[in-house]
Amino acid sequence: MYDTIIIGAGMSGLAAGIRLAHYDRKVCVLERHTTIGGLNSFYRLNRRDYDVGLHAVTNFTPRGTKKGPLARLLRQLRFRWEDFSLSEQIQSAIEFPGVSLRFDNDIELLRSEIARSFPTQVDAFETLLGRIVDYDDLDQEVYSLSTRAILSEIFTEPLLVEMLLCPLMWYGNAREHDMDFGQFCIMFRSIYLEGFARPFKGVRLILKNLVRRFRELGGELKLRKGVARIRMEGGRAVGVVLDDGTEIEGKVILSSAGRTETMRMCFGSATPLPEPGQLSFIETIAVLDRQPREIGHDRTIVFFNDSPQFHWRRPTDSLCDVRTGVVCSPNNFRYAPEDGDLPDGVIRITALADHDAWRRLDEPDYRREKALWFDRTAESAVRFVSDYRSYVVDSDMFTPNTIRRFTWHDNGAVYGAPEKVLDGRTPIEGLYLCGTDQGYVGIIGSIISGLTIANRYVLAN
Amino acid sequence: MTPVEIRAAVLDILEGIAQDDDLSQLDDGTAFREQLELDSMDFLDIVMELRKRYRVQIPEEDYPRLGSMASTVEYLTPLMKDISA
Ligand SMILES: Cc1cc2nc3c(=O)[nH]c(=O)nc-3n(C[C@H](O)[C@H](O)[C@H](O)COP(=O)(O)OP(=O)(O)OC[C@H]3O[C@@H](n4cnc5c(N)ncnc54)[C@H](O)[C@@H]3O)c2cc1C
Repeated sequence: MYDTIIIGAGMSGLAAGIRLAHYDRKVCVLERHTTIGGLNSFYRLNRRDYDVGLHAVTNFTPRGTKKGPLARLLRQLRFRWEDFSLSEQIQSAIEFPGVSLRFDNDIELLRSEIARSFPTQVDAFETLLGRIVDYDDLDQEVYSLSTRAILSEIFTEPLLVEMLLCPLMWYGNAREHDMDFGQFCIMFRSIYLEGFARPFKGVRLILKNLVRRFRELGGELKLRKGVARIRMEGGRAVGVVLDDGTEIEGKVILSSAGRTETMRMCFGSATPLPEPGQLSFIETIAVLDRQPREIGHDRTIVFFNDSPQFHWRRPTDSLCDVRTGVVCSPNNFRYAPEDGDLPDGVIRITALADHDAWRRLDEPDYRREKALWFDRTAESAVRFVSDYRSYVVDSDMFTPNTIRRFTWHDNGAVYGAPEKVLDGRTPIEGLYLCGTDQGYVGIIGSIISGLTIANRYVLAN
Repeated sequence: MTPVEIRAAVLDILEGIAQDDDLSQLDDGTAFREQLELDSMDFLDIVMELRKRYRVQIPEEDYPRLGSMASTVEYLTPLMKDISA
């Protein structure tokens, strides 16, 4: 009998596990996949190391900062700032036709860029900053206000609204077209007010630190142990049944598998389930024979959109929508001199994709479409960044199928369901949600989510 | 434990929580909140660490007494006097 069973060894599950094991709870993390990390794992292919997701760790604050999510999670996990080895971004940009806004980890740059390109919107931007500073994280009513409605009251230049939204939606919006104002504020702070960084060794460094700590504290991690069902007695969760039929008992269950997915484990597919997310991605990874800066590309992340209106929807008439995308180069961070450059130049590009359409393809078509969309994505992106295509020596790509195959999230939805459950509660006593569908996304967000839910429903009792 | 030992024990807990802070300059009379910017979660951590390490139970209504080092040591002295360091 465990004090707590945690479903999923992604960032949120591992963080919750550390917290509970630290306070001597008997805790077990069950993971269906053969490895840890979930949406942000790592792998090796053709003798090269790859990250599944990682573009950048958001919420960067310098060593010694006491406020903000990064400082909070380091304290709660008992890590030192150095343990995450974060190197800051060089500079990123939002590129729309004819207008470019650069930003980095100091809001002054974005402020001056707005003054240059949108001189009439300077005061409006300050008004927005004021609202974001005032905003209190967990008020459900304010949280679900329409961001587009609020921004169109503040700004008179629609193009600026679209441009500001583009990176924030790309890095954390589960809803199509509009964004919950709470999510907007969280993402605004994490990207524009705090910022981007990356460990030289990528996400594996963070994951290895998490899992090592969890095990040192006596936590149990079981890989290849998927949860098929959650067992209930009298409206209360009492344990789980694994894919192989084994039963495990637990007093409390925390699930990072997603809201719809977790409800299905309780009630099966027969009962109506909450609506899962719709937004999934492809990601192309091109390995270059040189550093990107040698071909004139020194931006860390470029968010592009090829028309004045930003389209944030699941594509309906095609496998992908490459009109907008995110170009990330993991080389373009300020790594320590002793680390030097990453061994390979890398350009990663993310674009929107239709999960169902990808799922319907048979194997030969799947392979053909992958190659086709790899090229189309690049073709679209090189309108906004240096043309890197003649330097590619290796490549990889993943699709919504890949995301689904390795995380079991419905629709391969990277940011989960549009309706978040901020308090983590479910209709079942003793069963709580953590991670993506509790409302916090991204690496730092999901760690905070795991900690918050573990604190609130296990430790505070 | 003597008040001096209790102070050292609390300091050790704080060092574990705020690993990047230099606590050698900690002023016992000033609130932790001001010096270390601890939030309410961190206070819960102090309480839970005390329970984990020394089995001291602190009821929620007493949390405000853990505001500064001086008040914490004063509050804990009778509770921890029979615990060996
Ligand atoms: C391509 C991509 C790029 C990204 N880039 C970034 C980035 O640059 N920066 C950033 O901060 N964030 C990024 N993210 C987002 C970030 O990875 C996620 O928000 C975060 O990892 C979510 O963590 P989680 O713990 O909530 O969920 P998950 O990582 O989804 O963890 C859930 C775990 O549960 C397991 N599971 C599911 N069902 C079961 C079951 N029935 N039984 C047992 N186990 C189960 C899954 O296998 C998974 O390991 C990216 C994501 C993707 C996909």
